[in-house]
Amino acid sequence: MKLNEISEALKCETFCGAEYLDREIKFGCASDLMSDVLAFSRAGAVLLTGLVNIQTINTAFLAEIEALVFVRGKIPDERMIEMAIIKKLPLIGTPYSMYEACGILFNQGLGSTMECISEKVING
Amino acid sequence: MDKTFTRTFTVVGNNFTDAGKVSTEIKMILKQLGINSTIIRRVAIASYESEMNVVMYANKADISLVVSPSEIQIVVEDVGPGIPDIELAMKEGFSTATTEMREMGFGAGMGLPNIKRNADIFNIESIMGKGTKLNITVSLN
Repeated sequence: MKLNEISEALKCETFCGAEYLDREIKFGCASDLMSDVLAFSRAGAVLLTGLVNIQTINTAFLAEIEALVFVRGKIPDERMIEMAIIKKLPLIGTPYSMYEACGILFNQGLGSTMECISEKVING
Repeated sequence: MDKTFTRTFTVVGNNFTDAGKVSTEIKMILKQLGINSTIIRRVAIASYESEMNVVMYANKADISLVVSPSEIQIVVEDVGPGIPDIELAMKEGFSTATTEMREMGFGAGMGLPNIKRNADIFNIESIMGKGTKLNITVSLN
């Protein structure tokens, strides 16, 4: 799924990185816990989060997250945007809640970055 | 890459504003050295979790990066309170984090296990009242 399709589906506004909206997104990941993102995400995912601070940008950059979606109308500050521009990380924001945003993307076929773990738990 | 690359960084405890800077620099260096991206991601995550641990719990630390033709080694040596029970600290979910740490998205007891998960060799030593030393090795072969 392309990032611009995600942006459209979630009625997003773009804070920075409009030039990267044609990026291919392989997985979806949603968390406010950055340690969970670092532990369980795979490279090539979009991260949906309600956590708006510098560590969200660092986590995304270091874990090879392709884009950040801030949920429920949250807005990153100037310093975050500056950092994201340097790190070539697109930041977009949706009015939807985390639960709704995840549901919309899941329904459109975007698989979970944590799928390998849930399969292991379900199938033993 | 034939030669060994070495660099040491300093991280200051409780400086949440700059937390992540050293790991970002380490990632940039590894990219410039032409290291495989999967390896870079593992090293970057291990380094970032270590850096956050220093910021959250220690007074300061030296983080050294050594890249040889066969492996990448990160050594984190902090001056801090030390860890009273390493076995317990290595358990997923065990944490002594404060509210401020949790507000940053950390302090959920995933740090040390996550460092170990990304390392090929992981070593931890701690002396109460002095500090903690982590030795993280990721093989390039």
